[in-house]
Amino acid sequence: MRAAVLVFPGTWSDGDCVWALQQVGIESRRVWHRETEIAPDELVVLPGGFSYGDYLRCGAIARFSPIMEAVRRHAEAGGLVIGICNGFQILCEASLLPGVLMRNESLQFRCQDAYIVPVNQTSPFTSGLDADRGYMTPVSHGEGRYTADEATVRMLEDSDRIAFRYGTLDGRVTPEANPNGSVHGIAGILNERGNVLGLMPHPERSCEALLGNEDGNAIWRSALAAVGARV
Amino acid sequence: MPVDDHVLQQVAMSRDEYARLLDLLDREPTDVELGMAGALWSEHCGYKHSRPLFHHFPSTGPYVLTKAGEENAGAIDLGDGWVAVFKMESHNHPSALEPYEGAATGVGGILRDIFAMGMRPVALLDSLRFGPLTERANRRLFRGVVAGIGGYGNCIGVPTVGGEVQMHPAYSGNPLVNAMCVGIGRREHLLSASAAGVGNPLVLVGADTGRDGIHGATFASVELAADSSERRPAVQVGNPFMEKLLMEACCELAEQHKDWIEGLQDLGAAGLTSSAVEAANRAGTGIEIDVARVPRRAQGMTPYEVMLSESQERMLVIPKREHLDDVLAHFRRWELHADVIGVVTNDRMATIKDGDQVVARIPIGILVDPPQYPPIGVRPADLDRIQNEDLAAQPDVTDASGALLRLLGSENLASRRWIYRQYDHQVQNNTVVRPGGDAAVLRLKQSRRGIAVSTDCNGRMVVLDPRAGGAIAVAEAARNVVATGARPAALTDCLNFGNPEKPEIAYQLEEAIIGLSEAARVLNAPVISGNASLYNEAPGGSVLPTPSIGMVGILQDVTTRLTIRPNVGDSIVLLGADVPQGAATLAGSEYQWLALARLAGRPRIDLAHEARVQDAVLTLHGTGRLTAAHDLADGGLAVALAEMCIAAGAGIDAAGIEVGDRLDGALFGEAQSRFLVATAEPGAVAALAEAAGVPATVLGVVGGDRLRLGPIDVAMADATHAWETGLDEIIAQI
Repeated sequence: MRAAVLVFPGTWSDGDCVWALQQVGIESRRVWHRETEIAPDELVVLPGGFSYGDYLRCGAIARFSPIMEAVRRHAEAGGLVIGICNGFQILCEASLLPGVLMRNESLQFRCQDAYIVPVNQTSPFTSGLDADRGYMTPVSHGEGRYTADEATVRMLEDSDRIAFRYGTLDGRVTPEANPNGSVHGIAGILNERGNVLGLMPHPERSCEALLGNEDGNAIWRSALAAVGARV
Repeated sequence: MPVDDHVLQQVAMSRDEYARLLDLLDREPTDVELGMAGALWSEHCGYKHSRPLFHHFPSTGPYVLTKAGEENAGAIDLGDGWVAVFKMESHNHPSALEPYEGAATGVGGILRDIFAMGMRPVALLDSLRFGPLTERANRRLFRGVVAGIGGYGNCIGVPTVGGEVQMHPAYSGNPLVNAMCVGIGRREHLLSASAAGVGNPLVLVGADTGRDGIHGATFASVELAADSSERRPAVQVGNPFMEKLLMEACCELAEQHKDWIEGLQDLGAAGLTSSAVEAANRAGTGIEIDVARVPRRAQGMTPYEVMLSESQERMLVIPKREHLDDVLAHFRRWELHADVIGVVTNDRMATIKDGDQVVARIPIGILVDPPQYPPIGVRPADLDRIQNEDLAAQPDVTDASGALLRLLGSENLASRRWIYRQYDHQVQNNTVVRPGGDAAVLRLKQSRRGIAVSTDCNGRMVVLDPRAGGAIAVAEAARNVVATGARPAALTDCLNFGNPEKPEIAYQLEEAIIGLSEAARVLNAPVISGNASLYNEAPGGSVLPTPSIGMVGILQDVTTRLTIRPNVGDSIVLLGADVPQGAATLAGSEYQWLALARLAGRPRIDLAHEARVQDAVLTLHGTGRLTAAHDLADGGLAVALAEMCIAAGAGIDAAGIEVGDRLDGALFGEAQSRFLVATAEPGAVAALAEAAGVPATVLGVVGGDRLRLGPIDVAMADATHAWETGLDEIIAQI
C-alpha cells in the first residue's frame, strides 16, 4: 500500500505523516491540492494544519480544492481515507463525514498528550487495535470539539461508527480525559462503509520511542493489515 | 526652509541629527528621504546607543559560520553539512498596545529572519516579562501575548518549544516580548540577503503593502507615554497563513533553485526602506525602486507611506536576470503575488521613483551610517548602599516547608503548563524534550545529533549588579543546555533596557554587555546574533535591565539527552557547591522577593568555576552515569529538588544533610554554578566531580511520598498541587 498525503495551502502535518508512515513501511507521495488523481490502492491522508489559514471556518475553503473531487470518488469506491485534525474538519465540511468540529470547551488551543480508546472493532483503521486499552495520540487543536445534532450522534452510536473516544491508558472513557468537550467523548468517527476515518488527535506524532511514544503506528498497521486481508 | 519640530518628532530625529543629515547631503532632504533616514537612523534599525558597545561581544568560535551582523541571523555548524541559524528579537512596544497582534507579528518577524537565510524554522521560543499578574491590566497583556504567540506559531506549523516568563512590577505597562527562532538546513543552501549583480531585478513577494506599521521602527525607539495608544496604527497585523506560503516557497527556492537568485531579504522594521538599503549595502551596490509598481492594499498611499510601511509577510527577492521568469513562476505556484519593483544599480544610491518622478535619491552610505552615541554611564547613586546591605541582618526563615510551598505556587515559579499547552510544541516531529524542563531538545532527522535550546535572564540580578547579572544570564542559559547533556555552541541576545540617554541606564547597558561578553567568552558560547530594544520605559519607570539570552547547544547523540526527571531509586547529587550557603546568596532571589518584596545585596558569579562545573556535568554525562540533571536557579536548592521530585512523581529523604547555620541561604539561596544530577552510582559520580574540583554532596534517594530536605518536610501531593495549580489560579481571575 502507498499513501497519498494531501497538501493544501496551510497544511503542516504532511511531513509528519510521511515520516510516520515510513516508520511502518508505507511509502507516500505528497499530492498538491490542485492535482486531480488518486490511485485506487492508495491510502489518502488529509493531514493537520490550518488550510487557508482557517480564517472562514476550519476546512471550509479546502473542500473546494480540485483534489477533493478525487477524494470523494476514492471514498465512494471503497478506498481508504483518513483525515487528521484539520483533515477531519475538511472531511466534515465536504460532507464525507457528518457533524462539525467546534471551538474547544476551554476556548483555548490545546497541545497535550491524550489517550484514545477504540470503539469500533471492524473498520480497517481499528480492527487491529485492542479495545481494552488507550492509545497515546497527542492533540493539538483549538477547534476539536466534535458536535452533531442528537439524531446524528445516536445514528453514529447505533451504527458502530464511533471509531475512538478519549479515555485513559487502561481503556476507561472518562470526562477528565476529554481535552475539548466533544460530545460522548468522541475523538474519531467513520463513514457508513467504515473506509473513511476522521480523527482529531495526531497518531503521526506518536510514531517513535525517541519522541515519547509509538502508539499511533497501530492505526497505520491496522489499515495495512486490513488492505492485505482484502487483497 | 526650516523643518518643523513635529515632522522631526514623527521620524524621531533630533535637531542635531537633522543638521548632520543636511551636512552629509549638502542640501535639504525630500520628505521621503527624511523618512528613510529617520527610520534607518532610529535606535531600532541603527543601534545608535548599543553599537558602540558591540565590540565587547566575542564573535568567533569553533562552530560559528556566520558572524553577528553579517546577515539577518547568525549561523553555526552542526557537523556533517548541517547548519543552525538563530536569532532573538523584541516586539515590546507593539505588544504593550495590542498584545495579540504585537506578539503574533513578533513571531512572524523572527521567522522571516530565519527563512530569509534559506533555513527551515524548526523551533520558536519566547522570553516574556510582565508586571505582577495580581493586577488585571497585566493579566490582560499576559493572556493576549500568549494567545498571539500561539495564534501565529500554531497556524504556521513551527513548534514553540520553550522560553520563560518572569513577573516584576518594573515591567508593568511595558511588557517584554522577545521571540527567538531556530532554523536548520544544509550548509550549501544558506542564502545571503544581498542585492548583488547590477541590473538584477528587485522582486517583492507576499502581502500587499498597506498603511499599517508606518513609523513602527521609530515607535520602538521612543518611550511609551500616556498618549501611546494613539500610536496603535503603528502596530502591524499578522497573517500567518500568508507567512506559511512564503516560508515554504522561500525554503524550497533555497533547497532546489539556489542558482536562480542572488539574494533573499525579509521586510521587517522600516519595511522596504531598510530591506532594500541593507541588501544593497551588503553587496556594495545601489537600488532603484518605483513605488508605483508596489502592489497596495490601500488607496492613495504616498511614496513616503509605501517606503515606510511595515505591512507583514513580505520578502524581497533578488533573482538573477536570466531566471526572473523562473522565480516569478515559482512564487505563483505557491499562490503568492510577486512583482518586479526595481533594479540593482551600480551607483551606491537609493533612488526612489514614483513613475517617472524621482522622490528620493540618497547615498546608501548616509543611510547606513547613523550617528553613534557611546553611552556615558553613571553608576546609580544608591547602588553601593543596596549592594552592601547585610542580608544576614534579616531574620532567617522559620517555616521552611511553608516557604517552599509558597515559592512553588508563586507566579514566577509555578508550572508554565497553562502557557505551553496553548502552543503546538510537537509539530515537525522533532521535539525530544518538551517544554517544562531546563531546555528543549530537538533531533535532526537525518543524523544522530540534536540541539538543545533555552532562553534565560534574571533581571533582578542584573539590576543589583549589571555586570554580574549579565554574566549570570549567560551562565544560566548555558546551564539549562548543559543539563540536557548538550555542549553550548553559541548564543543570541536581546538587550531590553530603559532609555539609554539616562546615565544610570547607560551604565546598566554597558556593564551588562561587558558581563555577558565575559561569560560568553569563558563558556565558549560566542554571540552570533541579537537585537537591542531600548527606551523600555513606562510611566512608572524603566524596566529591569533584561539582556535575554537565547542559547543553543549541540548533542552529538540525541538519544543520550537528559531531562529533569529522575527514576525512583536514583540518588540525587548536588554539584558545584556545598549545601550550606550564607544569607548573601539571597541577593535578587525569588525568596528575597517573597519575604521582603524588594531587592538587595550583590549577586556574584565565578566564571572559571562555572565553566569547571559545566564541564564536569558534561563529562559525567559522557560516562553514561547520569539519568537526569537540573540546574539550580530561581528558588535555589529546595525548589530545584522539588521540581525533580514532582517530575518523578516521588519524594526524597534528605532530612539529615548538613544545612549550616543559615537555612534560607542553604534552601532558597541562588548561588550560581550548581546542578542537581540523578544517578544510580552516587559514589562514583561524587568522586569524579570532586576529582575535577567540583564539590559534590549526595542528598538522598528518590522515593516515598514526602520531600524532606533539612528542616523541610512536605507531602509530595501538596508540593505538586501548589506547583501545578499556582499559575492557573492567578490567571483564572478576571
